[in-house]
This record gives sequence, C-alpha cells and structure tokens, in this order.
Amino acid sequence: MVKPKRIHIKKNYCIGCRLCEVYCITQHSKSKDIIKAYRGKEVKPESGIFFEEKGSISFAIQCRHCDEAPCIEACITGAMYRDQHTGRVLHNREKCVGCWMCIMVCSLGVIKMDQREKKAISKCDLCVDREFPACVEHCPNEAICLVDSDGRKITEE
Amino acid sequence: MAKPKAISEFIIERDMEKCIKCQACVRVCANDVHIWDGESGETISRDIKCVGCHFCEELCPTGALRIKRNPSETRENAHWKKGYIYGITRQANSGGIILTGMGSDRPHKNYFDCLLLNAAQVTNPSIDPLREPMELKTFIGGKQDKITVEKLDSGGWSVKEKIQGLLELEIPIMFSAMSFGSISLNACKALAEAAKVSKIYWNTGEGGMHQSLYPYADRAIVQIASGRFGVNVDYLNNAAAVEIKIGQGAKPGIGGHLPGEKVSEEISLTRMIPEGSDAISPAPHHDIYSIEDLKQLIYAIKEATGYKKPVGVKISAVNNVAPIASGIVRAGADFITIDGIRGGTGAAPVAIRDSVGIPIEIAIAVVDQRLREERIRNRISLVAAGGFRTSADVIKAIALGADAVYIGTAALISLGCHVCQKCYTGKCNWGIATQDPYLTKRLNPEIGAKRLVNLLRAWTFEIKEMLGGMGINAIESLRGNREQLRGISLNEMELKILGVKHAGEAW
Repeated sequence: MVKPKRIHIKKNYCIGCRLCEVYCITQHSKSKDIIKAYRGKEVKPESGIFFEEKGSISFAIQCRHCDEAPCIEACITGAMYRDQHTGRVLHNREKCVGCWMCIMVCSLGVIKMDQREKKAISKCDLCVDREFPACVEHCPNEAICLVDSDGRKITEE
Repeated sequence: MAKPKAISEFIIERDMEKCIKCQACVRVCANDVHIWDGESGETISRDIKCVGCHFCEELCPTGALRIKRNPSETRENAHWKKGYIYGITRQANSGGIILTGMGSDRPHKNYFDCLLLNAAQVTNPSIDPLREPMELKTFIGGKQDKITVEKLDSGGWSVKEKIQGLLELEIPIMFSAMSFGSISLNACKALAEAAKVSKIYWNTGEGGMHQSLYPYADRAIVQIASGRFGVNVDYLNNAAAVEIKIGQGAKPGIGGHLPGEKVSEEISLTRMIPEGSDAISPAPHHDIYSIEDLKQLIYAIKEATGYKKPVGVKISAVNNVAPIASGIVRAGADFITIDGIRGGTGAAPVAIRDSVGIPIEIAIAVVDQRLREERIRNRISLVAAGGFRTSADVIKAIALGADAVYIGTAALISLGCHVCQKCYTGKCNWGIATQDPYLTKRLNPEIGAKRLVNLLRAWTFEIKEMLGGMGINAIESLRGNREQLRGISLNEMELKILGVKHAGEAW
C-alpha cells in the first residue's frame, strides 16, 4: 500500500490565527478565490480542519489518513475509500448516504457533518489538486508541515 | 479645563469590500485593537489602542487592513514637534517617566551617511570576489606585541609565542546582548542557532543562560552585569567569552529593570531569582568604582575560567570614551565593546535614550586613535555596537577602526520586528520582546534562525563586493584604514575627530 504524505502539527508554534481554515475553505470552494468564496454568491464549503484551543495552546488537526482507517471499514456504501495511487483516505459524495458511521468511528473526530445535504463531508483530502496542501503553504508560522511517510519534513524549497 | 483626550497615533483602515470577517485580526492582536461584535456581525477596530506593529496587516489574508499614521494636524511647529506635545500631554496625565524601546529615533547627525567608501580605478585593480578568494575571518581578543616564526624540521612554520584564546568569527558581525527576559526564549534560540550555523557569536545579555541554550554555549558570549543574574561557574566555563557590561548605548549611566510579571518560572531559574520578583540591575557595579576595581573583576573571571577565554568590557559611548578604553586595556581586558547613542534597548526613558551618549562612529574613531597613539591597540579588539543598518555601515565602522560589530535591531527586524518601540510593554505581537505564552509561540525559532542566516549571508556577499571594489582581499587590510573613507557634509572638526579626509581630497 502506498503511504500518504502526512500533515504534522506543531502545537508549540500554532499562533491560533485560524488562517488554515480560511485557506482550506478557499481551496475547496468553486472559484478558489478567497473573496468570492467568502463574499460571493457561491456556497461556502466547510473547512476540513478542526481547530482546538485551550489556554495558550492551540493547534489545527485534520484527517490523519490512517493506515488502518476505521472510517473505510465502517462505510456501508464504499463512499469512503483509499486512493490507490497516493494512499489518501478520500470521500465520494455520490456514494455517500449520510449514515454518519464514519463520524462515529473516527477516533480523532476529524470528519464533519453536512447538515444541508445530510452527508458526511468536509474531510481533509490533502488538497487533491495541489502539491502542498493550502493550510501547509499558508500557515504563517510553519506550525503545519507536510512530512513524507518516514516522517521527514517536505519543504517547498 | 477640558482634559485633553488621548490621541491615537495610528488609524486603521479596513477595506470592507475585501474583509471576509475571518477574524484573524481579532485573534492575533495583543493590544485588543480589533474586536468582533457579534450583534452587528462586524469587526470593530479601535485606533487608540494601535501601536503600529503591523502584525494584523501582514496576517490579513485579503489585504483588507492598512495601518497608517494619524494625519490629524496637531498644531506642531519646527520647535514643538508632535512627539513633544503628545509627550507632555501624556506626562500631565500620568505624572510618570515616558518609557520607550529600541534605539533612538531622533534625527541626530548620522556619520555613517556622511562617510563614503573608496573604489579602485586604473592604478590599482579591483577584485572580483566570485572568482578570487576574499577573507572576512576575524579574531577577537588580545594579540601579541610581536610574534616569532620558527621553521620546523618538517619544512612547515610555527609561531613560537603561545597565542591566548581568541574568538574566531567567519564574518566580523556578532549578535549583540539581548537577555532572556528582554526577549523571548524562542528569539534567543533563533539567535543562538543562527550564530552556530554562521560561525559567529551570540550574546546572552545579563539574564543568564537558559538550560536549553547550553548546546549553543560554545558560540555564546556571556554577560556579567551589575545585577549579576544567572552568574555561576558553569555559565562562565561553558561560554566562548565573557563580557562585563558597564553600560548600554540606549541608557548610559542607568540600570535595568525587568518587571516581576515577566519573571516566569523559566526566567526565575535562569536568573536565579524568585519567581515574580523584579529583576533590578543597579546603575553602577557596586564593586567597580575605578579601573583598578575593574581589573580585579576581570582577573577574578580569568581565574574562574582558567585564562582560556577572552574577557571583554562593554561600555556606552560617552565623552570620555577614549581614556576609559585605554584604562580598560590596561586593566587586562581582551576586547572592548562600545555601544553608541543609537543602540537599542528593551526599555529606557525617552529623555535618556535620545539625549545621553555620543554616536558610535565618533567613538570608534577616537578610541582607535587613542589606542594607536598609546601603542596598545594590538592588545585589545574593538567591537562596535549601536544602530548598524546595512553592510555598508559595518564596513565603514571597520574602516574607522572597529574589529567587529554587534547587530541587535537589525537581527530582530529579520525576526519580524517592525520597530514599533513598544518592547517595554511586554506585548510584542511578533513574539520577540515578550514572555506571554500566547505571544512567544509566534516566533518559530526554525524560521527565525533561517532568516538570520540569510541576512548574514547577504551582508557577507555585500561586504566582499565592497572590499573587492576597493582592491582589498582581506578585511584585515581594511581595519582602521581610514584612507578608504571620505567625509561629505562634515566640518573640519568632525573630519579631524573622525580622522578622515574630505571627499575630493586625494591620498
């Protein structure tokens, strides 16, 4: 199995600005334009990022793309699947019936409900059409990094 | 009377067409300038609290924010400048000293800007540093009066005299003293890491050395100041050199005060003082009232460190700087640091920062001159500090006679500092001059170290280019070589003190 690149979070350097969410929403919007995504007529997507904060400690967590993903096991329609080329855990909206079992079994709680269409959506896809996920690229303090399957940091340089 | 309202120095312009209400500005401002009003669904910005650090402006994902100086026309005139009028208004309100941070922002004559560098033309060739070797290596510490070279049986050469411990710098630049307390531990880490990578030295300041910085101790100059914070035998023996701090350019003649609220557990352990207690550095060292007393401390440190490490003395540039420097050489110091009037600080009264001391350019010139006249220049290295902005300032200081320079503000600017001069508030949004855990994490030392290394790398290239232009291939040949400088817009007295010819005068 191909092991996916993973996002590594450094809670010591997360400044709590939540810009990762802003750029996640922009990236997953129709226009991919920040102002249109937020202020235009298009439907603003949910971010795939969960932001946690307690006192001075904060971090943003997204789907870990587990090697043994319970959400794939639990999915009754095969909507949640593993991409064979990249190893990422992805979600097919067409197949999803909205039973939300994936949400129940996710031990990290990083899958969001879609209350509008009654489907489980908003899960990090490591930005399918980008080399670097939007949150990694835009984190102002490099508190979100991309690491390869051996845990080595991948940099843009 | 109608009590005057506090005046906001800055105004915040928010482009409502661009604002996406993400509230990043609300979350990051340590001064509570931006607040989210849930009722109206709008972000409200309060100009009066803004210190002009530009953190929100840099972070705003859509560029909707602009921080501008308040253009409100106070009735200022050539004598009664805005700053003075506001200062009086504030003092009439508070009855207190006006504090500030960073170096002086007054328009004192800048001698660096009045000094121009030479270049080789026709009669001597310039050197291309990309094709030919260029030496910037600098050694800090006392040098022998003479050396004897012996030929070895193996065919090589050897220096007969035992050369005492010297600091070896890849480039003639070091990071000036900024204590853990005045700046955050992450800022200290970035400086220490960058010093290690660039093979130069960083300075602990008078706050002791945090346990996590001990791996960088071989690149550290440790300071002993009047408060004697964090001084122990390990502190001295782990370091590369020891510096006795007598004075600081931003506040000559006065001490320091780290307020108790900044003395966290880590700082209390590092400084060896109770948590939450004020860390007060007295104005004088109570055991140094003369050159002879200074000599005792220098030799006490040399005894403690086995005569292996250079011991330096840092003084601020004042009227008597040349004779004092002479005394310091005779007291046995290996290097002397002089901090000019534009030297930075974490906190100082405005009146003192802007009015006490002399410019570093003049101090370098007079000290170098005096030590040469007394034939003791080789016994000491001269390190200049206070307001070095570019590689050109560095090279001019070296041509005037400095061995190396300390950079402080320039280093902090590369870490994000926007010179808002609010270091003393402890609310540095950039995570530099603060101990607040919400703010210190904003400085990722990995990024910081990389940026510092880049800055030094860039200056190294520039210095090499300028040296090559003069037809010189080693920084040692420029040291004190004032023929490479010419003055412009300087009067006869200034030229005489600086020891340079006027522009247009040939050799």
